[in-house]
Amino acid sequence: MAINSDQDIVTARQRGRALAIELGFSTGDATLIATSISELARNIVSYARRGEITLKIVHSSIRQGISVIASDSGPGIRDIRQAMRDGFSTSGSLGLGLPGVRRLMDEFEITSETGRGTIVTVKKWKK
Amino acid sequence: MEVPILKQGAFLIATFQAALSDADLNQLRMALVQQVVKFRSRAVIVDVTAMDVMDSFASRTLREIALMIRLRGAETVIVGIQPEVAFAMVQLGLTLEGVATALDLEEGLAYLIQKFKNID
Amino acid sequence: MSKRESTSKDSGARSNPGVGLVRSEASSELLRELVAHLRQNRTQLREEWVVRISETRLLTAMTKEEIFAEATSVYDSYVEALETEAFEALQAYARNLSERIIPRGVETHEVVGIVLLLRDVLARSLFAKYQTDFKKLNRILDAYEPAANRIANTVAVGFVQERERVIRQQQEAIRELSTPVLQVRERLLILPIIGVIDPQRARQLTEQLLRGIRTNRAKVVVIDITGVAAMDVTVANHLVQTVEASRLLGATVIVTGLSPEIAQTLVTIGVDLGKMNTVGDLQGGIEQAERLLGYKVVTLAEPR
Repeated sequence: MAINSDQDIVTARQRGRALAIELGFSTGDATLIATSISELARNIVSYARRGEITLKIVHSSIRQGISVIASDSGPGIRDIRQAMRDGFSTSGSLGLGLPGVRRLMDEFEITSETGRGTIVTVKKWKK
Repeated sequence: MEVPILKQGAFLIATFQAALSDADLNQLRMALVQQVVKFRSRAVIVDVTAMDVMDSFASRTLREIALMIRLRGAETVIVGIQPEVAFAMVQLGLTLEGVATALDLEEGLAYLIQKFKNID
Repeated sequence: MSKRESTSKDSGARSNPGVGLVRSEASSELLRELVAHLRQNRTQLREEWVVRISETRLLTAMTKEEIFAEATSVYDSYVEALETEAFEALQAYARNLSERIIPRGVETHEVVGIVLLLRDVLARSLFAKYQTDFKKLNRILDAYEPAANRIANTVAVGFVQERERVIRQQQEAIRELSTPVLQVRERLLILPIIGVIDPQRARQLTEQLLRGIRTNRAKVVVIDITGVAAMDVTVANHLVQTVEASRLLGATVIVTGLSPEIAQTLVTIGVDLGKMNTVGDLQGGIEQAERLLGYKVVTLAEPR
């Protein structure tokens, strides 16, 4: 899904939520997935102006899950470690909210290169 | 997207829908403040029962609404946050600190009535 | 239906899923002959199999009619798997079958047992058919055996996976039952936590509590952690998050039974204990809760 505007943020998270429910995730988990998508899409719009969110169904040997890939060719993150640093009592409405997304999902991966862009991949498994 | 803002005596009740974009939220914020001024309302109840996702922007907007409305001398109460949404919010670190919250519309009204009873 | 990633699920007989499936023309030919034979003699072989099943006293939880019905579909799926080598489909079938028979009390050894019996019954029929041509018998078996073993493996694994899923579900249900959220008075909930909490259980507790606040329209929650010896940082965070999330639902949380050690942990993660509502023991906590509810003075959710 292309992410260019704030309306796309809503579309992306609605699709993500629908897919999660379809796959049989609990409403709680579906909400977490939708919220993560919203934050990741928001980052794309705020920092990179345009990008993409891809949703995939994934399998491991014992269960199913959803993978969300948020990619953009924006400015990139200079210091990933700094971006991921997190005091649990901080508000999270500042900055990229990435530590928060990591808490919401089961798996979290990020690669970023200044000037080239950023790719964040997160996964949630169905219990 | 049209969000209904109802006047109930000295209070305003705004019922947020599910798929509000950032632009919608910004409009709402302005509309609410205008209405408070127009009707000289004493409080605003924002009902977010229908919101299935609350992200950082929504959370920030709610705090701003509360702040701006307080500048006009009125109270804000957020009601109807769903359990799953509350869970997701605190994981992201969004606590709506400084803003009054209640379980639902009924509780929100009870809270306000009590509050104003004590002040008056 | 979603596309499944194909992964090799059977045991180490082969490390490369490609090996064993690469067949020469000759062996494909043999397999076709074999499958044709099994289809032709379907009725008789299936009957023989069912007899063997009851002889060995497997599937005692099922009636004769049920066994016959399942045997028919298993037989057909077996032969189909031999022919098409569609082991994914077979595994899906096995899980499906398991979903049906596990509630009937069928166990792993029974499922493995009947599949192996079928393998034997079919093998015997091959011996009988090709007894005069030893060389050919060998070649047929060369084609049959790896496939038959893979089938047995696939079905067994499918069954076990389904079983594990059911067990996980049951454990989840037990966990929920063992940590009750109690409604003691109107608008007041008590959540006594005892023992060791791992992050998963902590999360479950939070979700349960939040749902409970909503259902019971609670305005005050007393979380008693007298029975908790220690808390690591992750769980301590969950506690803080629970308090914050409860507030979003309009409820105030009182934490009772906070030990000095846990208090220390909370301070370490940056919690301002002054802001958190804590009382020494459960009794005191309930009293304070009642006071909060009795007053109706709304100091509960005042902006700080």
